[in-house]
Amino acid sequence: MINKKVDNISQALKGVTDNMTFMFGGFGLSGIPENAIAQLVKLNIKGLTCISNNAGVDDFGLGLLLQQKQVKKMISSYVGENDEFERQMLSGELDVELIPQGTLAERCRAAQSGFPAIYTPAGYGTEVAEGKETREFDGKMYVLEHAFKADFAFIKAWKGDAAGNLIFKGTARNFNPNMCGAAKVTVVEVEELVPVGTLDPNQIHIPGIFVQRIFQGETYEKRIEQLTVRQRG
Amino acid sequence: MLDKNGIAKRIAQEVKDGYYVNLGIGIPTLVANFVREDIEVEFQSENGVLGMGPFPFEGEEDADVINAGKQTITTLPGASFFDSATSFGMIRGQHVDLTILGAMEVSEKGDIANWKIPGKMVKGMGGAMDLVASAENIIVAMMHTNRAGESKLLKNCSLPLTGVGCVKKIVTNMAVIEVTPKGFQLLERAPGVSVEAIISATEGELIIEAEIPEMNV
Repeated sequence: MINKKVDNISQALKGVTDNMTFMFGGFGLSGIPENAIAQLVKLNIKGLTCISNNAGVDDFGLGLLLQQKQVKKMISSYVGENDEFERQMLSGELDVELIPQGTLAERCRAAQSGFPAIYTPAGYGTEVAEGKETREFDGKMYVLEHAFKADFAFIKAWKGDAAGNLIFKGTARNFNPNMCGAAKVTVVEVEELVPVGTLDPNQIHIPGIFVQRIFQGETYEKRIEQLTVRQRG
Repeated sequence: MLDKNGIAKRIAQEVKDGYYVNLGIGIPTLVANFVREDIEVEFQSENGVLGMGPFPFEGEEDADVINAGKQTITTLPGASFFDSATSFGMIRGQHVDLTILGAMEVSEKGDIANWKIPGKMVKGMGGAMDLVASAENIIVAMMHTNRAGESKLLKNCSLPLTGVGCVKKIVTNMAVIEVTPKGFQLLERAPGVSVEAIISATEGELIIEAEIPEMNV
């Protein structure tokens, strides 16, 4: 067993510096690497390019990095629900690249799997395809999209072991598995780090080979963005 | 004239037994309430769930189980969770049978604009561009005119596009319209709405063949 376990959050984020490109798992506030984000806020490194489907809310998730003006550029598919984000974007302090959600996922997976680029029909004929190579396959038009290049991927899983094997829960899975191994260093935080050998090899979502560092997060708030319930009876 | 629930009720008639369906935010979400109970349908949410159920009872919500609108949801027996690449593989690979989404504008060529108004805060396209570029069967649910009373069914879209030549059918508060190679073909009119009223609320060319029946809603 190759041991990926690190003892604390400082070791987990060793090597992060200004002006790096980071991937963050999560959809909305679900499945975000809360502990890694908190540590990045503490380290206060700046000039970051963040690849993440969303940009958090004002006081949680990636919104915490935006509050401290640590982010130079966001690459996302949807960035509503965040006033500070809007202010920085409109004032020109923050560079924003909006791309289709499926393209974002596939550019991560391409980076993970050794493809330099992929062809997708998404965005053809729209401003998203401007300046990009297009090509026809079987009578349909596609846009060439390049694999991401990132320094660190920050991942949140439900359970994991020291070998780096991961299991996700519910829709907190989202982009997390696609970002594992898609950056130079993949740092995973889990709700529960279990002893090696207790996870069923048949049930592993991401094998440890895609992971460089793993640790158990200290706490999880797991904030709900849109609490929606129905009445009983 | 139909209200939002009326539009959803009419679209629900397009949902067939054995369909996997992706519902967008807004009127499309309401469609789930009107699908016949004697057929089997699974709802997909592009953040990574198939077999979505109703909202949870208070106290039973789970932060790890949400839909694409970030609302807490439940799952039904037979449901599954998956990653984002797999989810959009289902969409791009045309495994999802029907996509229902809202729009700001649709053109007679089937172009759709629903993500950006220049000069206003741009929130992003989310999964809309993947959905419209890939789905074989796309139904747009929207009001026939905007708040200023202007037609949303145009010769050409004026807003930045989400996708080109992709919309197949449009259900509005006034009519059911099919997008054909020749343009908008009027299929049905809403209860109490005249063909003349639909013509005057439609900027694009409207093809009207024979008698136009009233919707059965």
